[in-house]
Amino acid sequence: MKKQAWYQGLAIFSAALTLIFVFVMSQREVKAAPASGAGITGTIKLEGTAPHQRPIDMSKEPACAAVHKANPVTTEKVVAGSGGGLKNVVVYISEGLSGSAENEVASSKPIWDQKGCQYIPHVMGLNPNQHFEVTNSDPTSHNIHPMPKPGGPNHEWNKSQPSGAPPIDNTWQAPEVAIHVKCNIHPWMSGYMVVVKGPYGVSDDSGSFKIENVPPGSYTLTAWQETLGTQTQKITVAAGKPATADFTFKAK
Amino acid sequence: MRTQHLNFIACAVAVLAVCSLSSAQVTKYQEDENLGMEAHVGKLTGHAKDAATNYRRYCAGCHGDLGDGEGENAVWLDPKPRNFTLATFKCRSTPSGSLPTDEDLYNTVGRGLESSNMPSWNPLSDQARADLVAYVKHFSDRWKTEKSGAVIEIPPEPAVNAERIKAGQALFQKLECWKCHGVEGRANGPSADTLTDDQNRPIKPFNFHDQTKFKCGAEDRDLYRIFMTGLDGTPMPSFSDNVKPDEAWDLVFYLRTLQPMHTQEKEIAKQLGLKPINPNAPAPAAAPAAPNAAPTTQPQSNENKPQ
Ligand code: HEC
Ligand code: HEC
Repeated sequence: MKKQAWYQGLAIFSAALTLIFVFVMSQREVKAAPASGAGITGTIKLEGTAPHQRPIDMSKEPACAAVHKANPVTTEKVVAGSGGGLKNVVVYISEGLSGSAENEVASSKPIWDQKGCQYIPHVMGLNPNQHFEVTNSDPTSHNIHPMPKPGGPNHEWNKSQPSGAPPIDNTWQAPEVAIHVKCNIHPWMSGYMVVVKGPYGVSDDSGSFKIENVPPGSYTLTAWQETLGTQTQKITVAAGKPATADFTFKAK
Repeated sequence: MRTQHLNFIACAVAVLAVCSLSSAQVTKYQEDENLGMEAHVGKLTGHAKDAATNYRRYCAGCHGDLGDGEGENAVWLDPKPRNFTLATFKCRSTPSGSLPTDEDLYNTVGRGLESSNMPSWNPLSDQARADLVAYVKHFSDRWKTEKSGAVIEIPPEPAVNAERIKAGQALFQKLECWKCHGVEGRANGPSADTLTDDQNRPIKPFNFHDQTKFKCGAEDRDLYRIFMTGLDGTPMPSFSDNVKPDEAWDLVFYLRTLQPMHTQEKEIAKQLGLKPINPNAPAPAAAPAAPNAAPTTQPQSNENKPQ
């Protein structure tokens, strides 16, 4: 009987100890994480020939058609630059981040501009609860209509933004890869907001990306492309030492 | 000794169980808990659990037993019955992207939705309709974690005059309602043919010349609310961010001049000799496909009305 009570006491004690430990750790890391962070850089390549991108006919919106008269624009489903670098790929840490690093919200406020009846950028990375601004640089109205997965934690909205109207400030409350954004007035307009936890990077014209402030640790990196899907690889980041990771997507 | 070991294990299991209880998915338990959903409309309190029979009798044929919009009649209908598990609604007094108020849903259930198969449920008692609203809500957990959006207030309707109607027309042009609805409001704007709803089904803009009634209510205040909040799940956007209350009334007055019924606004427009503004640049583009593209209005079905 005495022994039984002792075992029970031990169980409760160890549970309490675990809770205290978890609490202390979570408090500690909030301050510790960013200091020793290092960057992950890399290049995204496209193997094979990029699929043909359809030219966009903007004749129904003369103001925008005029902007692109000299350089007609095409769809941006797969944008490969010189040397096969793949643009608009979002790279993020899908596994291995500690609770506090995972929940850190980037302080920058990226801009999603509507310009020449295109979204600039075409693909944008975001953290949950990170603010972004939708602006309209065109002499025409747009309706900005992001369409998260129906029934999920983020919700569709649809707002008109006439020419000269102030920016629309908004956030997404939960991770989602990826939220399609469209304009119903200009059906060719298409873009993606990619909402992920933790630090992320988006590849540029040459296919290079950079993820900043990654705390030391072992991670799974995921690269997402709007039509080619996702790829993952493992990576280890040592304190203060830049790490590299390259990805290759095969053209479909 | 053995029992003591077991005791220790039992203790540890209990600790683990307490930790994981919050994430446990006990469907039966959740269904019961959701049936505790309420709706508050004026002095009425609707209870989901009291609406189960009525829902099965009057709504499930279209909206489905599970509220997923997949009732047996759904295949024949266009637009499709609402999927309540997604909690996206057209008729709201709240901003785009937010939940409607209980009163919004109550009004919709009473009114029905024009140009769709959704009938008016006014023959049911007020209490029965309030209960049904609670039942509609019980299909989505969104109602447990989120409040309805902040209601967009509508100031009293000012007196109509020629200046206001002209200002309203300028707004119709400036806000580019015509891109979808057409310069004369005939649902033939340059973007009209390309519009799709959130299920990727083609959808027509409202034709102001054909139709006298809006889905979300026929009064001037309803019209004000419609374009200020937009119709979620459709291309019809919200304008409340960029339209001031006074301007909104101007626009209401102008839209009334387009409709077929006789209105004071129409009379004033006639005296003014008001002509549709030709949007200078893209005007010719709207011409070719337009006339035969008039939307077909669907007859209202009475089959599912309560007897
Ligand atoms: C004959 C088929 C039919 C029946 C029966 C029916 N509905 Fe509907 N309901 C629809 C359709 C179709 C829509 C979508 C109309 C649209 O999108 O324009 C709809 C939409 C709705 C909406 C969404 C309104 C909004 O603002 O988006 C609610 C709420 C609703 N119905 C409640 C009910 C309730 C409650 C009942 C039973 C008392 C019921 N319906 C019975 C066909 C039906
Ligand atoms: C991007 C295209 C688009 C634009 C721009 C647009 N609308 Fe609409 N509107 C629609 C569509 C599509 C519907 C039909 C929705 C439905 O049937 O569910 C609609 C429906 C309506 C309705 C009827 C709603 C009801 O309850 O039946 C009104 C009124 C309306 N729009 C007014 C306006 C006004 C005023 C403007 C400009 C300030 C405007 N719309 C701009 C696409 C648009």
